[in-house]
Amino acid sequence: MDILFQQFFNLDIMSKALPLILEGLKTTLLICLVVIPLGILGGILVAVGSMAKSAVARRALALAVDLMRALPPLVLLILIYSGLPFLGLRLSPLAAVSIAFFLNNAAYYGEVIRAGIESVPNGQWEAARSTGLRADQTFVWVVLPQALRNVLPDLISNTVEVVKLTSLASVVSLQEMLYSADMARSLTFNNSPVVLAAIIYFVMLWPVVRIVSRLENASAK
Amino acid sequence: MQSAASFLPSRAPGAAAEIQSVEPLLRIRDVSKKFGSLEVLKSINVDVSPGELVFLIGPSGSGKSTLLRCCNRLEEATSGSIRFDGSEVLDPKLDVNALRRRIGMVFQSFNLYPHMTALSNVTLALRKVLGKSGPESKTIAMAALERVGLAHKASAYPAELSGGQQQRVAIARGLALEPKMMLFDEPTSALDPELVGSVLATMRSMREAGMTMLVVSHEMRFAREAADRVVFMEGGVVVEQGPPAQIFGPDAQPRTRAFVSNEDR
Ligand SMILES: Nc1ncnc2c1ncn2[C@@H]1O[C@H](COP(=O)(O)OP(=O)(O)O)[C@@H](O)[C@H]1O
Ligand SMILES: [Mg+2]
Repeated sequence: MDILFQQFFNLDIMSKALPLILEGLKTTLLICLVVIPLGILGGILVAVGSMAKSAVARRALALAVDLMRALPPLVLLILIYSGLPFLGLRLSPLAAVSIAFFLNNAAYYGEVIRAGIESVPNGQWEAARSTGLRADQTFVWVVLPQALRNVLPDLISNTVEVVKLTSLASVVSLQEMLYSADMARSLTFNNSPVVLAAIIYFVMLWPVVRIVSRLENASAK
Repeated sequence: MQSAASFLPSRAPGAAAEIQSVEPLLRIRDVSKKFGSLEVLKSINVDVSPGELVFLIGPSGSGKSTLLRCCNRLEEATSGSIRFDGSEVLDPKLDVNALRRRIGMVFQSFNLYPHMTALSNVTLALRKVLGKSGPESKTIAMAALERVGLAHKASAYPAELSGGQQQRVAIARGLALEPKMMLFDEPTSALDPELVGSVLATMRSMREAGMTMLVVSHEMRFAREAADRVVFMEGGVVVEQGPPAQIFGPDAQPRTRAFVSNEDR
């Protein structure tokens, strides 16, 4: 029992690893700051694209979305990071992560946002268009804000998934929180740093998860 | 100083003759509309002169909404001509957004933007369509809300307003753009009976201010007392049109009489 405690909850090791892990947390937050807005933007583009007039364009986009949803994000990341240099494109780890996450997230956010757009009644479009607003102005000022609000729980849930997925960036040696914790683990031969990272993830995401279930309950009423 | 009247060519007196000579603001000619193989408008002819309040009545499914929606191109007429204020509405090259600035529309279900205050509902088009500054559009919007008696609700959200208040904000949203004409599609049908009066009062004051209006409605009492002309449609055709006294009188055509007496209950 004591050995287990020493192996997983060693406060001494935790406090020594803390500075390194906090550095990693900074990188994790930086990745989030890049990939979440990019993903939402990509999602909006996918949602708009799926309303395209051309059936061919819609088909092509649906295929691309299916592909991204079927492909494990880790595979996508490795392909981009180690595959693109063969095409003469050297990418920084952050750039590779940004592209991979953009492609993956755009597909998922796209589905969520499309459902949101479909939930806005046609009368909103008609009212706005009948005052002379163009279709793009109507979308930006009238439809999109309501669409995002209508699917807010799903949007936040998806964002939680994205935050968790940022740990994948460690495979391209981006020193985010899990990478740092794992490094501390191999230096100390002790699992406590990883437990500490887990606790930090939990403290960050638990309130968000609570908010989601609150919102879901509120909209179910 | 010369009076305006002395510029007019002298001719036989009679207000009716003068109204007749005014070019209609809206001139619907032989308009037909098909949804697939379903012909819902069959060669419709209706004129609306400046300042007129024209009522469009008829049973559900007779094509009233479709006709209104063809006038601002929410729906595309299949054939015919709609002239509005000097331009051909059905011209494929027409700038529809410019057209819609000059024709307001009020819907049965209000369709206010739920994420915006009453004021922002009104200012949106002023800013994005007319390109007015924030302060200027606010001044115009407040004046429009004042006209519908809701300046004190400017910062309320639609969900905080009664149906009648929401519909009046929707009217203000149209009025603020200073359109030459307003289209109403059953503006009071979604309202509780006790709220209908406030919307009708607003429409009456618009009429007194000289607004040209084409109104689809089942408010027969209002039609009788406020309309200049009533158009009765059934099955996609105009069965009869004339002043309220004719349409609601004993000499109306049998189909008109049957509809009107049924509506009056
Ligand atoms: N978008 C549409 N597609 C197909 N049919 C339609 C559409 N809109 C209206 N219709 C049909 O056109 C007819 C006239 O409808 P409408 O103009 O709404 O009548 P009203 O307003 O007089 O009740 C109805 O039979 C209706 O089902
Ligand atoms: Mg209708």
